[in-house]
Amino acid sequence: MPEEFKAGCQRPAIKKDIIEEEKTEEKSIIKEEDYMIKVGKPAPDFTIPAYHNGNFVDLSLSEFKGKWVLLCFYPGDFTFV
Amino acid sequence: MSAVADKYKELQELGVEVISISVDSVFVHKMWNEHELSKMIDGDIPFPMGSDQDGSVGKKYGIYDEDSGVETRGRFIIDPDGIVQGFEVLTPPVGRNISETIRQIKAFQLVRESEGTEVTPAGWKPGKKTLKPRPGLVGKVWEEWTVDEVDK
Repeated sequence: MPEEFKAGCQRPAIKKDIIEEEKTEEKSIIKEEDYMIKVGKPAPDFTIPAYHNGNFVDLSLSEFKGKWVLLCFYPGDFTFV
Repeated sequence: MSAVADKYKELQELGVEVISISVDSVFVHKMWNEHELSKMIDGDIPFPMGSDQDGSVGKKYGIYDEDSGVETRGRFIIDPDGIVQGFEVLTPPVGRNISETIRQIKAFQLVRESEGTEVTPAGWKPGKKTLKPRPGLVGKVWEEWTVDEVDK
């Protein structure tokens, strides 16, 4: 029987298989893209699909140049917090 | 995100645009807005809800968690020149404090408007004292500002 899991404050985690576990050594090498960004430095630009006022749109951070931006990431829709 | 939406008017008055991002699809964003968020706030989510399904944007910002495949609670304040002025990252179970975010935005805006001639000491809120850095202030901050100002 499939095992029931407790609903937490993020989307249920992907269960990585054993093969991937063996790659830990490789994983410990910090990739360039994993670096935390720095205050006082430019925010990386991006273009992503977005839902806004009933429409699906392509959104780029660069469109907001000249304005203050509050960018909020969160662990998932329909989570509890 | 409903807490941020609830303060959207105040953020707009401060000239702040909001973007939210998670790894969910835009279809799920639409459903979340319609079925839950719009019942928690007055109307619909007023800002764009971005979809970063492969986590590539989250990786650029250093807040994507490879193990769970989601983005942690990263919050970034970006100024009109596109410079990151501040960020905060929390693990999923603890929510943010939007009032503190707004306080920080007001402080960054004051510093920017003063062209760096004024700075905001710990616990600064609008109306409270700022400091004007200058050679004469070195070693004399205690004469102008005391720690009990923090909780005033």
